[in-house]
Amino acid sequence: MTLAAAFFYLFSIVTIASAVMVISARNPVHSVLFLILAFVNAAGLFLLTGAEFLAMILVVVYVGAVAVLFLFVVMMLDVDFAELKQGFLQYLPVGMLVGLVVLVELITVIGVWSVAPQAALNTPTPANLSNTEAIGRVLYTQYVYLFQAAGFVLLTAMIGAIVLTLQHRKNVRRQNIAEQNARTRASAIEVKKVPSRAGV
Amino acid sequence: MDLLLSLLIILAKSLGILVVLLVLVAYYILADRKIWAAVQLRRGPNVVGPWGVWQSFADMIKFLVKEPIIPDGANKGVFLIAPLVTATLALAAWAVIPVNEGWAVANLNVGVLYIFAISSLGVYGIIMGGWASNSKYPFLAALRSAAQMVSYEVSIGFVIITVLLCAGSLNLTDIVLAQDTKWGFLGWYWLPLFPMFVIFFVSALAETNRPPFDLVEAESELVAGFMVEYSASQYLLFMLGEYVAIVTMCALLTILFFGGWLPPVNIAPFTWVPGVVWFVLKVSWFFFLFAMVKAFVPRYRYDQLMRLGWKVFLPISLVAVIVVAAVLEFVVKVGQ
Repeated sequence: MTLAAAFFYLFSIVTIASAVMVISARNPVHSVLFLILAFVNAAGLFLLTGAEFLAMILVVVYVGAVAVLFLFVVMMLDVDFAELKQGFLQYLPVGMLVGLVVLVELITVIGVWSVAPQAALNTPTPANLSNTEAIGRVLYTQYVYLFQAAGFVLLTAMIGAIVLTLQHRKNVRRQNIAEQNARTRASAIEVKKVPSRAGV
Repeated sequence: MDLLLSLLIILAKSLGILVVLLVLVAYYILADRKIWAAVQLRRGPNVVGPWGVWQSFADMIKFLVKEPIIPDGANKGVFLIAPLVTATLALAAWAVIPVNEGWAVANLNVGVLYIFAISSLGVYGIIMGGWASNSKYPFLAALRSAAQMVSYEVSIGFVIITVLLCAGSLNLTDIVLAQDTKWGFLGWYWLPLFPMFVIFFVSALAETNRPPFDLVEAESELVAGFMVEYSASQYLLFMLGEYVAIVTMCALLTILFFGGWLPPVNIAPFTWVPGVVWFVLKVSWFFFLFAMVKAFVPRYRYDQLMRLGWKVFLPISLVAVIVVAAVLEFVVKVGQ
């Protein structure tokens, strides 16, 4: 067994085990932590196939940003875990049915999926071209419009989220740094001659 | 057999860099305290050994032999894993850092992204530690510092992109070699990208929770941050992770902006000095700057910290990416 195969089995076993733990863990925070473990191991699998750029981006985006937000939300939720687990057995048959349907559908889809053997063999592997460079070349030439469109969709979603959550409350004292910096000696300080025994 | 041998070589390399790094960090901690003391006209640690040179090791032994206390309501597993996560991730970043030409444990093609990914994972140690302590103060502090680290990561990312545009590579060794010009230290990226250099330095302070952005440990407001409930070796691991992350940031500053292991001037007496010496000297210089900032800059308020990250650094670095790309495309004309 080569080293790559050993690592493949390690990463895939940990991925599957932690994916199972995501749904079976009692504590939702533990679930999210197991989800993060699954992400990291999936990144390891990407590395093994030589997709180093995708692996790193997976870690940066999903683990470093998205999962942090997940964790934030789950930690702040005040949920009674025992109550949440009560109906678990009751819904088990329905859940298994849904799972079975999805499994059968997946098998039928993948079962008829045939990869042309010539296509797989003749894929040119560009020499002296790193993974990152290769992705960049197709992303910014052939797929540039799709890439830009995806960017616009994300931008719209971001603006939408900001508009929905931003509310300017009145009567809140805010610090305006530009205003503070614009103050001069003349506008900020006043020298008064205080007459004796009279006060200001 | 070859497999075993290559594994052993990797292990020996990693062990070598870890030992050197940890000893260096021990003395950086001492230097940090000495510089801080000198600014405040104190002597600093001076009892353990001559000039206190064994202070860090004495502290380490103290932490190791103390009794670890785990709070009753703590989530034990997560509570114990959190410091390990912090320390391991901080040390893992050093796998790709080249201290001399070819002197990296792993010469990754995506070295910069690897470091960026590892440092974005560092936030987990903090959140897990704060949550698992099952106590209000650590939890609040963990939320604050996680938000802080996530915010400043964004501007660090954009600053790194400007350097990548200039160097044309994600490989840390190639980035250093791209700075090897006939102009010596004037050809390093700190000069053409000076505003980015400043933003990176300040963001590095915020990312590693150093003063003036040490809201994680703002003892006047938050007791002692997310590590209030930690003691003994778990606390030691947190502190170790923090300091290793600081040294990693100094190393990144060195590689991205200060020419890594390159001598400042390409003439005889300077080129005789081995590259690794230049590297350590430059890292030490940046650590000195970190220590000086800690000594004389007052702490930021939390909303001002967020304002600086999102409303000042983010727009500036975003515009800088566009400007640098435009200059490279239309003025310098790279790759043509």
